Amino acid sequence: MEMPLTLAACTLILISGLPGLFASRRAAWGQITATALVLSGSLIGLASSFAVLATGRVCITSLPGIWPGWPLHLRMDGLSAFFAVLIFLMAAVGSVYGHGYWRQREHPTTGRKLRLLYGVMLTAMVVVTLANDAFAFLLAWEIMALTSYFLIATEDHKPECRQAAWVYFVATHIGTLALFAMFALLHEASGTFLLSPIPARTCAGLKTAIFLLALLGFGLKAGIMPLHFWLPGAHANAPSHISALLSGVLLKVGIYGLLRVLTLMPDPPAVWGVIILLLGGLSAFLGVAFALGQHDIKRLLAYHSIENIGIIFMGLGLALIGVAAHRPVWVVLGIAGCLLHVWNHGLFKSLLFLSAGSVVHSTGTRDIDSLGGLAGRMPWSAGLFMMGSVAICGLPPLNGFISELLVYVGLLTPVTQNARGWSSIALGAVVLAVVGALAVACFVKVFGAVFLGTSRTALTQHARECPWSMKIPMLILALWCAVIGVAPMLAVLPLGNAASVWIGHSTGAQRLHGVIPWGILTAVNVCFAAVLLVAFAAVRLRRRAIRSPRRATWACGYVRPTSRMQYTAVSFAQMLVTLLALVLRPLRHGAVGGAVFPPPTEVESHVPDFITDHIAFRCWRKFKEWMVPVRMTHKGNIQQYLLYFLLILIALMCSLVPLWSLVNWVMGR
Amino acid sequence: MTGLFRCSLGSIPAGIHAAPGAMHGLVNSPLGLVLLLNLFMLGVSRMRSLIFAAAAQGIILSGLLMVIEPQCDGLVICIALLTVLIKGVVIPRMLLKALRDAKIKREVEPLIGFLPSMLLGATGTAAAIVFATNLPMTVSPPSTLIIPASFSTILTGFLLLTTRYKAITQVIGYLILENGIYIFGLLLVAAVPFLVELGILLDLFVGIFVVSIIIHHINETFSSLDTRRLTALKE
Repeated sequence: MEMPLTLAACTLILISGLPGLFASRRAAWGQITATALVLSGSLIGLASSFAVLATGRVCITSLPGIWPGWPLHLRMDGLSAFFAVLIFLMAAVGSVYGHGYWRQREHPTTGRKLRLLYGVMLTAMVVVTLANDAFAFLLAWEIMALTSYFLIATEDHKPECRQAAWVYFVATHIGTLALFAMFALLHEASGTFLLSPIPARTCAGLKTAIFLLALLGFGLKAGIMPLHFWLPGAHANAPSHISALLSGVLLKVGIYGLLRVLTLMPDPPAVWGVIILLLGGLSAFLGVAFALGQHDIKRLLAYHSIENIGIIFMGLGLALIGVAAHRPVWVVLGIAGCLLHVWNHGLFKSLLFLSAGSVVHSTGTRDIDSLGGLAGRMPWSAGLFMMGSVAICGLPPLNGFISELLVYVGLLTPVTQNARGWSSIALGAVVLAVVGALAVACFVKVFGAVFLGTSRTALTQHARECPWSMKIPMLILALWCAVIGVAPMLAVLPLGNAASVWIGHSTGAQRLHGVIPWGILTAVNVCFAAVLLVAFAAVRLRRRAIRSPRRATWACGYVRPTSRMQYTAVSFAQMLVTLLALVLRPLRHGAVGGAVFPPPTEVESHVPDFITDHIAFRCWRKFKEWMVPVRMTHKGNIQQYLLYFLLILIALMCSLVPLWSLVNWVMGR
Repeated sequence: MTGLFRCSLGSIPAGIHAAPGAMHGLVNSPLGLVLLLNLFMLGVSRMRSLIFAAAAQGIILSGLLMVIEPQCDGLVICIALLTVLIKGVVIPRMLLKALRDAKIKREVEPLIGFLPSMLLGATGTAAAIVFATNLPMTVSPPSTLIIPASFSTILTGFLLLTTRYKAITQVIGYLILENGIYIFGLLLVAAVPFLVELGILLDLFVGIFVVSIIIHHINETFSSLDTRRLTALKE
């Protein structure tokens, strides 16, 4: 029953953009229909996915006739449903948000295209999680990649948008190439294109090749550190609800692929887990370090996505090591942390992107240092951004705390269990702690510079709070964050069923109960939330009672403070950026004068991404040089292309006639 | 005409003429004319002559349809007339109009000279004949010249497409390519429903209609009809 419902939901979302194509450029009904269709589809999809998650049932079906001669095999189990829940939720939230953010009236040329591709991309992502054979998987994967390319390039009149989309396009195709090779090798190992476990006696080299190709293909999509080069540009230049979708869901589909392929592998060696753990640690640290140096609010959030993907990878790495070392507790903690962080990151990162989007929408800039003092003008956006920040920093009482805690505890378990040879895993917890601290610093910087203080430029003078169509989606996300935070018990059943492959089919939930003290967690978070609420209420009441005069922030007792006296985002982060200069290599132009009465000077600093700017682009240039002979065949000359046709035609015709009969005939004459 | 064709194709193996007859001559002589027109089109330098030759080829082929079809009913005549109308009248007129509107030089502008292209065409025709005799066929065609004529015409179309620079010669190249496919279709005249042939005709008409509009725009944008300028569109 769940499968047909899910497919119906997919169909509704798939066609959501179609009616709007027939609407005129300024008509609003196309957008309303699209939103209604996506909403109804999402609700059906959420219901069916939750049904699968609650029961742990596995639904298998195949769709004949979509592709001649090859039915699409679909399979929905706990893991698929776990990711499908996230996708359906984001579909609904983003669609409603788009109503206010990307109004058809304001974007007459791109609105219809955006909504059509939005539905197709969401459907493709759901189908990726349902696919049970290589063909269906790659088909959906490619549709997802192409539609997301067009979505990133929505504002294709801007050169930086085209550039970002192009880099993404290259990255995603490298990934798909790796996946093609990986599925071919999987077929070699298992003898079928269905996603079925490969036999245990498969030779280790083949298994390692499959693993490395999966890591490359899915890692590129997930944006793990050396492969992240497409991510910041794409996230920054897409419309905000698309950024939320990319960061909240698309990266997770990469994680899903890796998880799915790993379930097909019998007894993975420990070194795989170590590789994933190291990549995760690297990604988490460098992600947050680069985030500190950013000026663009959406680019900053994009680097935080890299950080969080790192945390997810750390959980996964721990689980893999646990499988290899036969330590069920590590597996439970690692996989539960990994999966729960997938949900959590999807929720709070989308919340952050949407609230940042509401700032961008009302001020028209993404530059943090041009904003300031927005909390008074946009209290809802500020509050919701605050909630997202608390969640992403892993602070109680919100959801980020829970999943990061699981990973922490997991990483520390090898020490508490006195596991010989594995105690160095605990260093991962140290990395995680540093990352958490830097994340707090980074979000204090963003929140302080954007929402607190006084406004720096005229851009913020006319900022207005976003409409309800943008507030409600953010509120829903915030509500989910809060619910998972204060009542983590609710997540146990879905987690148990999603991770059933790793931790046993029937006992998943009990295992989770046995390892993690959910009751204490809940109690702590509820107390924390209660204290916060009481404190907040007390401050409000006190302020109302005292009626102290209101002054500009950072006024510091000066008689005539100006907005330039306050900390900028750059100056706030400067100390940390200098500390991390070894990895960040910040560039600084200009110097602060040393004279007693210094003349007006300008100082500018930015943090380039050395992987994108140096390694990726150098590889790209090298590749272009290698491909010169191939490019010679592409001159853009129509006569030449037609000549290729002719040559192929002649070759085909020659293959019709057996050559020896031609030779005989000529010799016989 | 038959004599002309016989001497121009003196090297044809004897097997091809195994079943001479009235019907055979009736089919073979127009096909020979088609082959001659192919060579003529490769050698001609004036655009107007090229257009007229293509029109003549189209008219001959529609006549051939009536000869080959065993029962010549109203539908066949209707289609033949439609073909004459479109290939012989409408399309040439559109091309001539494009030629006039674009005010281009009336010369063909080849990549390789006229004589070499004729020689290439002749070699291609000979190769097509060799090829056709060795082609394993399930049913014997109504005329042994049909397959060579078809391949030779396709080849001529391709030669025009690949060795001529002007956009109008490109259109004529496609037209002749389609003529070659049409000749091959005569083999399958019983099997292919007329609806399909009508569809092809419509395709061709619309295609050329669109291309003549495009030619107008190319001319306005690049102030030339030289397809070499179109490489500027390459990314």
